[in-house]
Amino acid sequence: MTLPLIIYRSLRQHALSTLITAGSIALACGLLMTVWMVKTQAQAAFVSTSTTFDAVLGARSSKLQLVLNAIFHLEASPGNLAWTDYETIRKHPAVKTAIPIAVGDNLRGYRIVGTIPELFSDVEYAAGKNYAVEAGGKIFAPGEREAVVGSFAADRLGLKVGATFNPFHGLAFDEKNQHAEVFKVTGVLAPTNTPADKVVWIPIKGVQTMSGHDPRAATDVSAVLIQLRAATAGFMLDMMINKQGNRMTLAYPVGAIMTELFGKISWFDRVLALVAYLVALVAAGSVLASIYNSMSARQRDLAILRALGARRRTIFGAVVAEAASIGLLGAVAGYGVYFALLAGIASVIRVQTGVVLDVTSMHPVLWICPLAMIALCALGGAVPALKAYRTPVAETLAPVS
Amino acid sequence: MLTVADLTKSFTTPEGGRVEIVRVPQFALAAGEQRALRGESGSGKTTFLHLIAGILAADGGRVKIDGVDMAALPEAKRDRLRADKLGYIFQTFNLLQGYTVLENVLLGMSFGPRGADKAHAIEVLGRVGLSHRLGHFPRQLSTGQQQRVAVARALANRPKLVLADEPTGNLDRVSSREALALIREVCRENGAALLLVSHDDGVLGQFEGMQDFAVINEAVSKKT
Repeated sequence: MTLPLIIYRSLRQHALSTLITAGSIALACGLLMTVWMVKTQAQAAFVSTSTTFDAVLGARSSKLQLVLNAIFHLEASPGNLAWTDYETIRKHPAVKTAIPIAVGDNLRGYRIVGTIPELFSDVEYAAGKNYAVEAGGKIFAPGEREAVVGSFAADRLGLKVGATFNPFHGLAFDEKNQHAEVFKVTGVLAPTNTPADKVVWIPIKGVQTMSGHDPRAATDVSAVLIQLRAATAGFMLDMMINKQGNRMTLAYPVGAIMTELFGKISWFDRVLALVAYLVALVAAGSVLASIYNSMSARQRDLAILRALGARRRTIFGAVVAEAASIGLLGAVAGYGVYFALLAGIASVIRVQTGVVLDVTSMHPVLWICPLAMIALCALGGAVPALKAYRTPVAETLAPVS
Repeated sequence: MLTVADLTKSFTTPEGGRVEIVRVPQFALAAGEQRALRGESGSGKTTFLHLIAGILAADGGRVKIDGVDMAALPEAKRDRLRADKLGYIFQTFNLLQGYTVLENVLLGMSFGPRGADKAHAIEVLGRVGLSHRLGHFPRQLSTGQQQRVAVARALANRPKLVLADEPTGNLDRVSSREALALIREVCRENGAALLLVSHDDGVLGQFEGMQDFAVINEAVSKKT
């Protein structure tokens, strides 16, 4: 009862500085956890999304641009491939599946991608998971002006089975560039938590032959998504297409390209982490300063406790425990900061990329960071605790008579 | 109960010299005995009580409480002995301002042998007439009531020896008489020895066993 009471009363007596200090600790702790989790979650989500296909074949360009355009539906298409290129790669003995896509239109900012129905029937978007349409819907027919809408896009655009729409030309929405063709929604995809959720899928012919598109490109494709029969085949294709050829680019292996991307932007994580570490250090310093500054006012209380029989180490422990308690308060509030920040960032990432971060997932950093913060605060409390430890009882209580 | 032998304490003056405040060759107090020491301000009586309580280290000599030499113990054991055997009533009460009346008494008990016994703390506070003030803070009490809290805190652990340093110094005459009677009565009930120091003749006159501190403290004798 003694120690908790001493800590509680002391925190109450210095409520304002306690709250401000705990707030800065919450911010530091929340920031650190958010930076760490966004980094690991985003990397995991992007890499796992990109493992659906082993390689992407496209016009000569950077591999990263190809992957971002064909799998994450970001960036512009680097150019087109002829239908024969698609046929050639499809028939290659090392290729298990080849899905052509064609891009160039949007529906109010959501990308329209032309493809073949096999994408939904033959490809698992994650291990053991196939695309599925919500009840009452079906996949589009190849030769028809029909569409299957990703769950996120359908929700945002208010599209249901039976609804019709006119596509808009280009990847960016411009009301003036509306196409004349009318497409009918035949199905809404069940959520996959992948970029496919924010795409409006139509038959590839629909994009190729859309009014206003170059008739000479009526059979072209923007890229081909490839699953290989064996991983080693990728290196052979890489040699054949990238090193010996100069017309096309094979982005392989897709996962490694994404990992490389995260490697390139890791400096940003490090800057954020450094900022968070500094905030943590300042927070621990403010714990030290706020308790240390209150020591003069508290010396009499400490001397009284000593006179009542409290040992020096009890007093030392009480001050350290008080500092740790401020750290604990901050760490608990830090979870609030973390969840709020992560939810906000996850929402932005989802809107921008369709990739969904799991805000409820656990990671050791979620307990290591708060514990480290509490330990850092306790360490900060050791300095004023030493001052408390040395409080001269008789001199503090009364002048010598 | 309490025996003091060759106890000395000196302090460094601002000029760098040394001044001896306490030199008590011999002093004893029997169990249950109540004794008052008379002394003017600056005579070293508070220092004497601090030395007995072990919150100030002596330069030399012995202070035995229940046969245990306080001066020979390491600090942690002195703290334990103080918590176990002593109750201290300060002139300025020295209540913890951020704690309630009940918490002040409970904290005093928590360092003692029985630990914080809430029921007993409430009982002791009832004994000093503060049952209705348990949740109040010291600043919400009158001076006399604060004095009673200090008495309750000092006696809650059922100490063998109660040291009272000008315990009525901040009270008016009527309150002073009542407070002193209460301290003596509760000490008597608990079988505790009481050593009180004061310069107030009104207080000292109530003690049969009154002694002039200047007589037992040779340091003062030499100065005068």
